[in-house]
Amino acid sequence: MKLVTAIIKPFTLDEVKAALEQLGVLGMTVSEVQGYGRQKGHTEVYRGAEYSVDFVPKVRVEVLTDDATSDKVVAAVVEAARTGKIGDGKVWVTPVETVVRVRTGERGTDAI
Amino acid sequence: MNAGDTAWVLVSAALVMLMTPGLAFFYGGMVRAKSVLNMLMMSFIALAVVTVLWVLYGYSLTFGNDLGGGLLGGFDFTGLKGVVGTLVGTAPADANAPWVDGHQIPHLVFVVFQLMFAIITAALISGAIADRARFWAWTLFVAVWVTIVYFPVAHWVFNFNGFTGVDFVGGWIATKLGALDFAGGTAVHINAGAAGLALAIVLGKRKGWPREPMRPHNLPFVLLGAGLLWFGWYGFNAGSALGAGDLAGVAFITTTAATAAAVLGWLVVEQFRDGKPTTLGAASGAVAGLVAITPACGFVTPIGALAIGLVAGVLCALAVSLKYRFGFDDSLDVVGIHLVGGLVGTLLIGLFATTGVNPAGKDGLFYGGGLDLLGKQAIAAVAVLGYSFVLTLAIGFLIQKTIGFRVSTEAERAGIDEAEHAESGYEFSSLRGGGSSLGRTADALAGKVGSSTVPTSAGKEGAGR
Repeated sequence: MKLVTAIIKPFTLDEVKAALEQLGVLGMTVSEVQGYGRQKGHTEVYRGAEYSVDFVPKVRVEVLTDDATSDKVVAAVVEAARTGKIGDGKVWVTPVETVVRVRTGERGTDAI
Repeated sequence: MNAGDTAWVLVSAALVMLMTPGLAFFYGGMVRAKSVLNMLMMSFIALAVVTVLWVLYGYSLTFGNDLGGGLLGGFDFTGLKGVVGTLVGTAPADANAPWVDGHQIPHLVFVVFQLMFAIITAALISGAIADRARFWAWTLFVAVWVTIVYFPVAHWVFNFNGFTGVDFVGGWIATKLGALDFAGGTAVHINAGAAGLALAIVLGKRKGWPREPMRPHNLPFVLLGAGLLWFGWYGFNAGSALGAGDLAGVAFITTTAATAAAVLGWLVVEQFRDGKPTTLGAASGAVAGLVAITPACGFVTPIGALAIGLVAGVLCALAVSLKYRFGFDDSLDVVGIHLVGGLVGTLLIGLFATTGVNPAGKDGLFYGGGLDLLGKQAIAAVAVLGYSFVLTLAIGFLIQKTIGFRVSTEAERAGIDEAEHAESGYEFSSLRGGGSSLGRTADALAGKVGSSTVPTSAGKEGAGR
Protein backbone atom coordinates (compact mmCIF):
# COMPACT_ATOMS: atom_id res chain seq x y z
CA MET A 1 0.00 0.00 0.00
CA LYS A 2 1.06 3.56 -0.64
CA LEU A 3 0.33 6.98 0.74
CA VAL A 4 0.22 9.61 -1.97
CA THR A 5 0.78 13.10 -0.54
CA ALA A 6 0.28 16.12 -2.72
CA ILE A 7 0.96 19.77 -1.91
CA ILE A 8 -1.05 21.82 -4.38
CA LYS A 9 -2.31 25.33 -5.01
CA PRO A 10 -5.58 25.78 -3.09
CA PHE A 11 -7.63 26.73 -6.13
CA THR A 12 -6.73 23.48 -7.95
CA LEU A 13 -8.29 21.34 -5.22
CA ASP A 14 -11.65 20.92 -6.95
CA GLU A 15 -10.04 19.68 -10.14
CA VAL A 16 -7.74 17.32 -8.27
CA LYS A 17 -10.69 15.94 -6.35
CA ALA A 18 -12.69 15.47 -9.56
CA ALA A 19 -9.77 13.69 -11.24
CA LEU A 20 -9.37 11.35 -8.29
CA GLU A 21 -13.08 10.58 -8.17
CA GLN A 22 -12.97 9.70 -11.85
CA LEU A 23 -10.17 7.27 -11.05
CA GLY A 24 -12.38 5.60 -8.47
CA VAL A 25 -10.53 6.88 -5.42
CA LEU A 26 -12.98 6.55 -2.55
CA GLY A 27 -11.54 8.86 0.05
CA MET A 28 -8.95 11.46 0.79
CA THR A 29 -7.79 13.77 3.55
CA VAL A 30 -7.33 17.44 2.87
CA SER A 31 -5.63 20.01 5.07
CA GLU A 32 -4.74 23.66 4.79
CA VAL A 33 -1.00 24.09 5.10
CA GLN A 34 1.56 26.84 4.64
CA GLY A 35 5.05 26.65 3.32
CA TYR A 36 7.38 27.61 0.57
CA GLY A 37 9.57 26.08 -2.10
CA ARG A 38 11.02 27.79 -5.11
CA GLN A 39 8.04 30.13 -5.27
CA LYS A 40 9.12 31.81 -2.02
CA GLY A 41 6.65 34.24 -0.45
CA HIS A 42 5.51 37.71 -1.34
CA THR A 43 5.74 41.21 0.09
CA GLU A 44 2.89 43.11 1.75
CA VAL A 45 2.94 46.81 2.70
CA TYR A 46 1.05 48.25 5.67
CA ARG A 47 1.27 52.01 6.18
CA GLY A 48 4.57 52.00 4.35
CA ALA A 49 6.10 49.15 6.37
CA GLU A 50 7.06 46.19 4.21
CA TYR A 51 6.50 42.68 5.49
CA SER A 52 7.73 39.63 3.63
CA VAL A 53 5.24 36.81 3.87
CA ASP A 54 7.39 33.69 3.56
CA PHE A 55 4.77 31.01 3.92
CA VAL A 56 2.35 30.65 1.07
CA PRO A 57 -1.02 28.98 1.72
CA LYS A 58 -1.25 25.53 0.10
CA VAL A 59 -3.51 22.51 0.36
CA ARG A 60 -2.20 19.08 1.30
CA VAL A 61 -4.10 16.11 -0.18
CA GLU A 62 -3.43 12.65 1.19
CA VAL A 63 -4.70 9.52 -0.51
CA LEU A 64 -4.17 5.88 0.50
CA THR A 65 -3.94 3.50 -2.45
CA ASP A 66 -2.94 -0.05 -3.18
CA ASP A 67 0.41 -0.57 -4.87
CA ALA A 68 -1.08 -0.97 -8.33
CA THR A 69 -2.97 2.30 -8.55
CA SER A 70 -0.53 4.67 -6.88
CA ASP A 71 1.12 5.66 -10.15
CA LYS A 72 -2.24 6.46 -11.74
CA VAL A 73 -3.20 8.53 -8.71
CA VAL A 74 0.05 10.47 -8.92
CA ALA A 75 -0.43 11.07 -12.62
CA ALA A 76 -4.01 12.25 -12.10
CA VAL A 77 -3.04 14.67 -9.34
CA VAL A 78 -0.11 16.09 -11.30
CA GLU A 79 -2.26 16.51 -14.39
CA ALA A 80 -5.06 18.27 -12.48
CA ALA A 81 -2.87 20.50 -10.31
CA ARG A 82 -0.54 21.77 -13.02
CA THR A 83 -0.85 25.39 -14.11
CA GLY A 84 2.68 25.56 -15.49
CA LYS A 85 3.63 28.43 -13.16
CA ILE A 86 6.09 28.32 -10.31
CA GLY A 87 4.50 27.16 -7.05
CA ASP A 88 2.35 24.34 -8.46
CA GLY A 89 3.52 22.08 -5.65
CA LYS A 90 4.84 18.55 -5.25
CA VAL A 91 3.54 15.00 -5.08
CA TRP A 92 5.30 12.13 -3.36
CA VAL A 93 4.62 8.52 -2.55
CA THR A 94 5.52 6.72 0.65
CA PRO A 95 5.11 3.04 1.49
CA VAL A 96 2.49 2.20 4.11
CA GLU A 97 2.84 -0.76 6.43
CA THR A 98 -0.65 -1.15 7.83
CA VAL A 99 -4.08 0.38 7.40
CA VAL A 100 -6.98 -0.33 9.73
CA ARG A 101 -10.58 0.76 9.20
CA VAL A 102 -11.64 1.93 12.63
CA ARG A 103 -15.32 0.94 12.39
CA THR A 104 -14.87 -2.69 11.26
CA GLY A 105 -11.32 -3.51 12.17
CA GLU A 106 -10.57 -4.54 8.55
CA ARG A 107 -6.89 -4.49 7.73
CA GLY A 108 -4.68 -3.99 4.69
CA THR A 109 -6.09 -3.23 1.24
CA ASP A 110 -9.61 -4.05 2.42
CA ALA A 111 -9.41 -1.03 4.68
CA ILE A 112 -8.57 1.41 1.90
CA MET B 1 -34.47 77.44 23.43
CA ASN B 2 -35.08 75.95 20.00
CA ALA B 3 -36.33 72.38 19.58
CA GLY B 4 -34.48 71.95 16.27
CA ASP B 5 -31.14 72.93 17.77
CA THR B 6 -31.74 70.71 20.78
CA ALA B 7 -32.68 67.76 18.61
CA TRP B 8 -29.58 68.17 16.46
CA VAL B 9 -27.23 68.27 19.42
CA LEU B 10 -28.92 65.22 20.99
CA VAL B 11 -28.50 63.29 17.73
CA SER B 12 -24.92 64.55 17.47
CA ALA B 13 -24.15 63.23 20.94
CA ALA B 14 -25.36 59.80 19.85
CA LEU B 15 -23.30 60.05 16.65
CA VAL B 16 -20.17 60.88 18.62
CA MET B 17 -20.89 58.00 21.02
CA LEU B 18 -20.81 55.63 18.02
CA MET B 19 -17.30 56.84 17.17
CA THR B 20 -15.82 55.01 20.15
CA PRO B 21 -17.03 51.52 19.13
CA GLY B 22 -16.09 52.58 15.58
CA LEU B 23 -12.59 53.42 16.80
CA ALA B 24 -12.48 50.06 18.56
CA PHE B 25 -13.00 48.31 15.22
CA PHE B 26 -10.61 50.65 13.42
CA TYR B 27 -7.91 49.74 15.96
CA GLY B 28 -9.07 46.15 16.51
CA GLY B 29 -8.66 45.20 12.87
CA MET B 30 -5.11 46.55 12.86
CA VAL B 31 -3.74 44.33 15.60
CA ARG B 32 -2.98 40.62 15.42
CA ALA B 33 -5.76 38.12 16.04
CA LYS B 34 -4.38 37.26 19.46
CA SER B 35 -4.97 40.76 20.84
CA VAL B 36 -8.13 41.93 19.09
CA LEU B 37 -10.36 41.66 22.16
CA ASN B 38 -8.02 43.67 24.36
CA MET B 39 -7.85 46.34 21.67
CA LEU B 40 -11.64 46.54 21.50
CA MET B 41 -11.87 46.57 25.30
CA MET B 42 -9.45 49.48 25.70
CA SER B 43 -11.88 51.68 23.79
CA PHE B 44 -15.01 50.17 25.30
CA ILE B 45 -13.88 50.64 28.90
CA ALA B 46 -13.42 54.35 28.20
CA LEU B 47 -17.19 54.57 27.66
CA ALA B 48 -17.71 53.21 31.16
CA VAL B 49 -15.00 54.95 33.15
CA VAL B 50 -15.16 58.39 31.62
CA THR B 51 -18.96 58.50 31.85
CA VAL B 52 -18.89 57.82 35.58
CA LEU B 53 -16.22 60.45 36.21
CA TRP B 54 -17.96 62.96 33.94
CA VAL B 55 -21.15 62.72 35.99
CA LEU B 56 -19.31 62.86 39.30
CA TYR B 57 -16.91 65.74 38.66
CA GLY B 58 -15.58 65.75 35.08
CA TYR B 59 -18.19 68.04 33.61
CA SER B 60 -17.71 70.43 36.49
CA LEU B 61 -13.91 70.59 36.16
CA THR B 62 -14.36 71.24 32.45
CA PHE B 63 -17.31 73.61 32.30
CA GLY B 64 -17.55 74.99 35.83
CA ASN B 65 -16.67 78.60 36.60
CA ASP B 66 -12.92 79.07 36.22
CA LEU B 67 -10.91 78.57 39.41
CA GLY B 68 -8.19 80.94 38.27
CA GLY B 69 -6.03 81.72 35.27
CA GLY B 70 -8.33 79.93 32.87
CA LEU B 71 -6.76 76.64 33.89
CA LEU B 72 -9.51 74.56 35.51
CA GLY B 73 -13.24 74.66 36.07
CA GLY B 74 -14.67 74.81 39.57
CA PHE B 75 -17.02 72.56 41.48
CA ASP B 76 -20.26 74.26 40.50
CA PHE B 77 -21.63 71.19 38.73
CA THR B 78 -20.26 68.23 40.72
CA GLY B 79 -22.69 65.33 40.48
CA LEU B 80 -24.36 67.43 37.78
CA LYS B 81 -26.06 69.48 40.46
CA GLY B 82 -27.76 72.64 39.28
CA VAL B 83 -27.80 71.45 35.70
CA VAL B 84 -31.32 70.09 35.29
CA GLY B 85 -33.76 72.56 33.82
CA THR B 86 -31.19 75.21 32.95
CA LEU B 87 -29.91 76.30 29.58
CA VAL B 88 -26.47 76.87 28.13
CA GLY B 89 -25.90 79.01 25.14
CA THR B 90 -24.29 81.77 23.29
CA ALA B 91 -26.75 84.49 24.17
CA PRO B 92 -24.43 86.32 26.55
CA ALA B 93 -21.68 85.43 24.14
CA ASP B 94 -17.96 85.69 24.68
CA ALA B 95 -16.53 87.65 21.76
CA ASN B 96 -14.23 84.69 21.13
CA ALA B 97 -16.99 82.09 20.92
CA PRO B 98 -17.33 80.60 17.44
CA TRP B 99 -21.12 80.85 17.26
CA VAL B 100 -22.84 83.83 15.70
CA ASP B 101 -26.43 83.58 16.74
CA GLY B 102 -27.57 83.61 20.31
CA HIS B 103 -29.36 80.30 20.52
CA GLN B 104 -29.49 78.19 23.64
CA ILE B 105 -29.88 74.49 24.34
CA PRO B 106 -30.72 72.56 27.51
CA HIS B 107 -27.73 72.23 29.79
CA LEU B 108 -28.01 68.43 30.06
CA VAL B 109 -27.94 68.08 26.27
CA PHE B 110 -24.64 69.94 26.25
CA VAL B 111 -23.38 67.78 29.13
CA VAL B 112 -23.98 64.54 27.26
CA PHE B 113 -22.62 65.91 23.96
CA GLN B 114 -19.36 66.95 25.61
CA LEU B 115 -19.14 63.65 27.51
CA MET B 116 -18.73 61.79 24.23
CA PHE B 117 -15.70 63.96 23.37
CA ALA B 118 -14.00 63.07 26.63
CA ILE B 119 -14.62 59.36 26.05
CA ILE B 120 -13.18 59.16 22.57
CA THR B 121 -10.17 61.31 23.39
CA ALA B 122 -9.09 58.81 26.04
CA ALA B 123 -9.86 55.86 23.75
CA LEU B 124 -7.72 57.33 20.96
CA ILE B 125 -4.59 56.96 23.08
CA SER B 126 -4.95 53.17 23.29
CA GLY B 127 -3.68 52.71 19.73
CA ALA B 128 -0.20 53.74 20.81
CA ILE B 129 0.15 50.85 23.27
CA ALA B 130 -1.54 47.97 21.49
CA ASP B 131 -0.89 44.35 22.54
CA ARG B 132 0.94 45.06 25.79
CA ALA B 133 -0.94 47.09 28.44
CA ARG B 134 -2.51 45.43 31.47
CA PHE B 135 -6.22 46.03 31.31
CA TRP B 136 -6.78 47.43 34.82
CA ALA B 137 -3.63 49.53 34.57
CA TRP B 138 -5.02 51.04 31.35
CA THR B 139 -8.38 51.60 33.03
CA LEU B 140 -6.70 53.39 35.93
CA PHE B 141 -4.67 55.40 33.46
CA VAL B 142 -7.84 56.53 31.68
CA ALA B 143 -9.38 57.65 34.97
CA VAL B 144 -6.32 59.62 36.04
CA TRP B 145 -5.58 60.97 32.57
CA VAL B 146 -9.00 62.43 31.93
CA THR B 147 -8.96 63.93 35.42
CA ILE B 148 -5.68 65.79 35.23
CA VAL B 149 -5.17 66.13 31.49
CA TYR B 150 -8.40 66.05 29.50
CA PHE B 151 -10.73 67.93 31.85
CA PRO B 152 -8.33 70.87 32.29
CA VAL B 153 -7.37 71.04 28.60
CA ALA B 154 -11.00 70.83 27.47
CA HIS B 155 -11.70 73.66 29.94
CA TRP B 156 -8.93 75.73 28.31
CA VAL B 157 -10.30 75.18 24.83
CA PHE B 158 -14.06 74.65 25.00
CA ASN B 159 -15.29 76.77 27.92
CA PHE B 160 -16.26 80.28 26.88
CA ASN B 161 -17.10 83.18 29.20
CA GLY B 162 -20.71 83.16 30.26
CA PHE B 163 -21.52 79.97 28.40
CA THR B 164 -22.57 77.62 31.18
CA GLY B 165 -23.48 80.25 33.74
CA VAL B 166 -24.00 83.98 34.04
CA ASP B 167 -20.65 85.69 34.77
CA PHE B 168 -18.83 82.37 34.52
CA VAL B 169 -15.25 82.67 33.31
CA GLY B 170 -13.92 80.20 30.73
CA GLY B 171 -10.58 78.67 29.78
CA TRP B 172 -7.48 80.58 28.74
CA ILE B 173 -7.11 79.33 25.17
CA ALA B 174 -10.77 80.01 24.40
CA THR B 175 -11.15 83.37 26.09
CA LYS B 176 -7.76 84.98 26.68
CA LEU B 177 -5.58 83.71 23.84
CA GLY B 178 -8.43 83.60 21.33
CA ALA B 179 -7.09 80.71 19.27
CA LEU B 180 -9.69 78.99 17.12
CA ASP B 181 -10.61 75.35 17.67
CA PHE B 182 -14.09 74.51 16.46
CA ALA B 183 -14.40 70.87 17.52
CA GLY B 184 -11.19 69.83 19.24
CA GLY B 185 -8.04 69.77 17.14
CA THR B 186 -6.08 70.75 20.25
CA ALA B 187 -8.14 69.38 23.15
CA VAL B 188 -8.89 66.08 21.43
CA HIS B 189 -6.35 65.22 18.75
CA ILE B 190 -3.11 66.98 19.70
CA ASN B 191 -3.93 66.02 23.27
CA ALA B 192 -4.45 62.32 22.50
CA GLY B 193 -1.54 62.25 20.05
CA ALA B 194 0.94 63.70 22.53
CA ALA B 195 -0.35 61.36 25.24
CA GLY B 196 0.03 58.42 22.85
CA LEU B 197 3.64 59.34 22.20
CA ALA B 198 4.36 59.59 25.92
CA LEU B 199 2.72 56.24 26.72
CA ALA B 200 4.48 54.47 23.84
CA ILE B 201 7.74 55.69 25.38
CA VAL B 202 6.75 54.61 28.91
CA LEU B 203 5.62 51.12 27.93
CA GLY B 204 8.38 50.51 25.43
CA LYS B 205 8.39 48.46 22.27
CA ARG B 206 6.46 45.27 21.78
CA LYS B 207 8.61 42.14 21.83
CA GLY B 208 10.00 41.70 18.35
CA TRP B 209 9.03 45.15 17.04
CA PRO B 210 9.91 46.22 14.39
CA ARG B 211 11.72 43.05 13.29
CA GLU B 212 8.78 40.67 13.42
CA PRO B 213 5.79 41.19 11.17
CA MET B 214 2.76 42.51 13.06
CA ARG B 215 0.28 42.57 10.27
CA PRO B 216 -3.31 43.78 10.68
CA HIS B 217 -5.49 40.70 11.11
CA ASN B 218 -8.72 42.12 9.72
CA LEU B 219 -8.64 45.00 7.25
CA PRO B 220 -12.41 44.84 6.65
CA PHE B 221 -12.79 45.73 10.38
CA VAL B 222 -10.44 48.67 9.84
CA LEU B 223 -12.50 50.00 6.95
CA LEU B 224 -15.74 49.36 8.84
CA GLY B 225 -14.32 51.27 11.80
CA ALA B 226 -13.17 54.12 9.59
CA GLY B 227 -16.64 54.30 8.08
CA LEU B 228 -18.27 54.46 11.52
CA LEU B 229 -15.79 57.13 12.57
CA TRP B 230 -16.51 59.18 9.47
CA PHE B 231 -20.27 58.88 10.10
CA GLY B 232 -19.98 59.74 13.78
CA TRP B 233 -17.65 62.62 13.01
CA TYR B 234 -20.59 64.59 11.59
CA GLY B 235 -21.89 64.72 15.14
CA PHE B 236 -18.46 65.70 16.36
CA ASN B 237 -17.92 68.54 13.88
CA ALA B 238 -21.33 69.67 12.64
CA GLY B 239 -22.72 69.03 16.12
CA SER B 240 -20.17 71.46 17.52
CA ALA B 241 -22.16 74.21 15.85
CA LEU B 242 -24.53 73.49 18.78
CA GLY B 243 -27.45 74.30 16.53
CA ALA B 244 -29.19 73.11 13.38
CA GLY B 245 -28.30 75.97 11.11
CA ASP B 246 -25.93 77.40 8.58
CA LEU B 247 -22.81 76.81 10.65
CA ALA B 248 -23.64 73.12 11.06
CA GLY B 249 -23.98 72.93 7.29
CA VAL B 250 -20.57 74.57 6.86
CA ALA B 251 -18.97 72.10 9.24
CA PHE B 252 -20.71 69.19 7.52
CA ILE B 253 -19.45 70.02 4.03
CA THR B 254 -15.94 71.01 5.11
CA THR B 255 -15.66 67.76 7.08
CA THR B 256 -16.65 65.75 4.03
CA ALA B 257 -14.45 67.69 1.60
CA ALA B 258 -11.33 67.45 3.74
CA THR B 259 -11.81 63.73 4.35
CA ALA B 260 -12.23 63.02 0.67
CA ALA B 261 -9.10 65.00 -0.23
CA ALA B 262 -7.11 63.27 2.51
CA VAL B 263 -8.03 59.79 1.23
CA LEU B 264 -6.71 60.78 -2.19
CA GLY B 265 -3.60 62.42 -0.73
CA TRP B 266 -2.69 59.34 1.31
CA LEU B 267 -3.28 56.93 -1.59
CA VAL B 268 -1.18 59.02 -4.00
CA VAL B 269 1.72 58.94 -1.53
CA GLU B 270 1.36 55.16 -1.27
CA GLN B 271 1.24 54.75 -5.04
CA PHE B 272 4.51 56.64 -5.43
CA ARG B 273 6.27 55.23 -2.37
CA ASP B 274 5.03 51.63 -2.18
CA GLY B 275 3.65 51.01 -5.64
CA LYS B 276 0.12 50.12 -4.52
CA PRO B 277 -2.85 51.99 -3.02
CA THR B 278 -3.92 50.03 0.09
CA THR B 279 -7.16 49.57 1.99
CA LEU B 280 -5.39 50.46 5.22
CA GLY B 281 -4.12 53.61 3.51
CA ALA B 282 -7.60 54.66 2.42
CA ALA B 283 -8.99 54.13 5.94
CA SER B 284 -6.03 55.95 7.49
CA GLY B 285 -6.27 58.82 5.03
CA ALA B 286 -9.94 59.30 5.87
CA VAL B 287 -9.19 59.49 9.59
CA ALA B 288 -6.26 61.86 8.97
CA GLY B 289 -8.55 64.18 7.03
CA LEU B 290 -11.24 64.02 9.70
CA VAL B 291 -8.68 64.84 12.38
CA ALA B 292 -7.22 67.80 10.49
CA ILE B 293 -10.55 69.40 9.64
CA THR B 294 -11.87 69.04 13.21
CA PRO B 295 -10.51 72.37 14.55
CA ALA B 296 -11.08 74.15 11.24
CA CYS B 297 -14.47 72.87 10.11
CA GLY B 298 -16.46 75.90 11.22
CA PHE B 299 -14.00 78.53 10.01
CA VAL B 300 -12.90 77.60 6.47
CA THR B 301 -14.45 77.43 3.01
CA PRO B 302 -15.05 74.09 1.29
CA ILE B 303 -12.01 74.86 -0.90
CA GLY B 304 -9.93 75.60 2.20
CA ALA B 305 -11.14 72.27 3.55
CA LEU B 306 -9.95 70.46 0.41
CA ALA B 307 -6.51 72.02 0.88
CA ILE B 308 -6.35 71.12 4.59
CA GLY B 309 -7.45 67.56 3.86
CA LEU B 310 -4.93 67.09 1.07
CA VAL B 311 -2.05 68.41 3.19
CA ALA B 312 -3.12 66.18 6.09
CA GLY B 313 -3.45 63.09 3.87
CA VAL B 314 0.02 63.55 2.42
CA LEU B 315 1.79 64.60 5.62
CA CYS B 316 0.23 61.89 7.80
CA ALA B 317 1.04 59.22 5.21
CA LEU B 318 4.66 60.32 5.49
CA ALA B 319 4.55 60.82 9.27
CA VAL B 320 3.60 57.23 10.09
CA SER B 321 7.15 56.15 9.28
CA LEU B 322 8.66 58.53 11.88
CA LYS B 323 8.32 55.83 14.53
CA TYR B 324 10.75 53.60 12.67
CA ARG B 325 13.27 56.40 12.42
CA PHE B 326 13.05 57.36 16.09
CA GLY B 327 12.38 53.86 17.40
CA PHE B 328 9.17 54.33 19.41
CA ASP B 329 6.48 51.70 19.00
CA ASP B 330 3.40 53.86 18.48
CA SER B 331 1.68 50.69 17.37
CA LEU B 332 -1.32 52.06 15.47
CA ASP B 333 0.06 55.52 14.63
CA VAL B 334 -1.73 57.75 17.12
CA VAL B 335 1.17 60.18 16.68
CA GLY B 336 1.37 59.96 12.89
CA ILE B 337 -2.35 60.53 12.47
CA HIS B 338 -3.77 62.35 15.50
CA LEU B 339 -0.81 64.45 16.62
CA VAL B 340 0.36 65.33 13.12
CA GLY B 341 -3.18 65.65 11.74
CA GLY B 342 -4.23 67.75 14.73
CA LEU B 343 -1.22 70.05 14.27
CA VAL B 344 -1.90 70.40 10.54
CA GLY B 345 -5.51 71.41 11.12
CA THR B 346 -4.82 73.68 14.07
CA LEU B 347 -2.03 75.54 12.30
CA LEU B 348 -3.67 75.76 8.87
CA ILE B 349 -6.58 77.63 10.47
CA GLY B 350 -4.01 80.42 10.70
CA LEU B 351 -3.91 80.46 6.90
CA PHE B 352 -7.37 79.42 5.75
CA ALA B 353 -9.79 80.83 8.35
CA THR B 354 -12.19 83.42 6.98
CA THR B 355 -14.97 85.49 8.49
CA GLY B 356 -16.70 85.07 5.15
CA VAL B 357 -17.74 81.62 6.34
CA ASN B 358 -18.24 82.36 10.00
CA PRO B 359 -18.49 86.00 11.13
CA ALA B 360 -17.67 84.86 14.68
CA GLY B 361 -14.36 83.43 13.45
CA LYS B 362 -11.25 85.30 12.38
CA ASP B 363 -9.34 85.93 9.17
CA GLY B 364 -6.19 83.93 8.53
CA LEU B 365 -3.13 84.89 6.52
CA PHE B 366 -4.75 84.17 3.14
CA TYR B 367 -7.72 86.37 3.98
CA GLY B 368 -5.85 89.47 5.06
CA GLY B 369 -5.60 88.60 8.74
CA GLY B 370 -1.83 88.58 8.82
CA LEU B 371 0.18 86.27 11.01
CA ASP B 372 -1.62 87.10 14.22
CA LEU B 373 -4.02 84.14 14.12
CA LEU B 374 -1.29 81.69 13.06
CA GLY B 375 0.74 82.74 16.09
CA LYS B 376 -2.20 82.14 18.42
CA GLN B 377 -2.87 78.76 16.85
CA ALA B 378 0.77 77.79 17.35
CA ILE B 379 0.72 78.82 21.02
CA ALA B 380 -2.45 76.79 21.64
CA ALA B 381 -1.01 73.75 19.83
CA VAL B 382 2.32 73.84 21.66
CA ALA B 383 0.70 74.43 25.05
CA VAL B 384 -1.63 71.46 24.73
CA LEU B 385 1.10 69.26 23.24
CA GLY B 386 3.57 70.06 25.99
CA TYR B 387 1.10 69.79 28.88
CA SER B 388 -0.33 66.50 27.66
CA PHE B 389 3.07 64.96 26.89
CA VAL B 390 4.67 65.82 30.23
CA LEU B 391 1.67 64.92 32.39
CA THR B 392 1.07 61.66 30.52
CA LEU B 393 4.71 60.72 30.89
CA ALA B 394 4.39 61.29 34.64
CA ILE B 395 1.13 59.34 35.00
CA GLY B 396 2.50 56.51 32.89
CA PHE B 397 5.72 56.17 34.88
CA LEU B 398 3.82 56.33 38.15
CA ILE B 399 1.52 53.47 37.13
CA GLN B 400 4.47 51.52 35.72
CA LYS B 401 6.44 51.86 38.96
CA THR B 402 3.54 51.07 41.30
CA ILE B 403 1.06 48.52 39.98
CA GLY B 404 2.87 47.84 36.70
CA PHE B 405 1.57 48.85 33.29
CA ARG B 406 2.87 46.16 31.00
CA VAL B 407 1.94 42.50 30.71
CA SER B 408 4.59 39.81 31.14
CA THR B 409 6.68 38.77 28.16
CA GLU B 410 5.03 35.34 28.13
CA ALA B 411 1.57 36.87 28.14
CA GLU B 412 2.57 39.16 25.29
CA ARG B 413 3.94 36.26 23.28
CA ALA B 414 0.92 34.04 23.86
CA GLY B 415 -1.49 36.89 23.25
CA ILE B 416 -2.88 39.50 25.60
CA ASP B 417 -6.48 38.33 25.05
CA GLU B 418 -5.85 35.06 26.86
CA ALA B 419 -3.67 36.61 29.54
CA GLU B 420 -5.86 39.59 30.41
CA HIS B 421 -9.37 38.48 29.50
CA ALA B 422 -9.26 34.64 29.34
CA GLU B 423 -10.92 34.80 25.96
CA SER B 424 -9.93 34.48 22.36
CA GLY B 425 -11.49 36.45 19.54
CA TYR B 426 -11.88 33.63 17.08
CA GLU B 427 -12.11 29.86 16.85
CA PHE B 428 -9.51 28.70 14.41
CA SER B 429 -6.45 26.60 13.89
CA SER B 430 -3.49 27.36 16.10
CA LEU B 431 -1.42 27.78 12.94
CA ARG B 432 -3.19 31.01 12.09
CA GLY B 433 -2.64 34.54 13.27
CA GLY B 434 -0.48 33.75 16.26
CA GLY B 435 -3.44 32.52 18.32
CA SER B 436 -3.13 29.53 20.57
CA SER B 437 -5.67 26.78 21.02
CA LEU B 438 -3.74 25.10 23.79
CA GLY B 439 -5.89 26.73 26.46
CA ARG B 440 -9.00 25.03 25.16
CA THR B 441 -7.29 21.67 25.02
CA ALA B 442 -6.15 22.12 28.59
CA ASP B 443 -9.72 22.95 29.61
CA ALA B 444 -11.02 19.85 27.89
CA LEU B 445 -8.45 17.67 29.65
CA ALA B 446 -9.30 19.23 32.99
CA GLY B 447 -12.95 18.37 32.38
CA LYS B 448 -14.00 22.00 32.48
CA VAL B 449 -15.70 21.66 29.14
CA GLY B 450 -17.85 18.75 28.09
CA SER B 451 -17.19 16.40 25.23
CA SER B 452 -19.17 18.79 23.06
CA THR B 453 -16.11 21.02 22.74
CA VAL B 454 -15.67 21.80 19.08
CA PRO B 455 -12.34 20.62 17.73
CA THR B 456 -10.16 23.44 16.48
CA SER B 457 -10.26 21.98 12.98
CA ALA B 458 -14.06 22.22 12.77
CA GLY B 459 -15.31 23.85 9.64
CA LYS B 460 -12.14 23.22 7.75
CA GLU B 461 -13.43 20.13 5.92
CA GLY B 462 -13.31 20.57 2.19
CA ALA B 463 -11.22 23.69 2.57
CA GLY B 464 -10.34 25.50 -0.59
CA ARG B 465 -13.70 25.09 -2.26
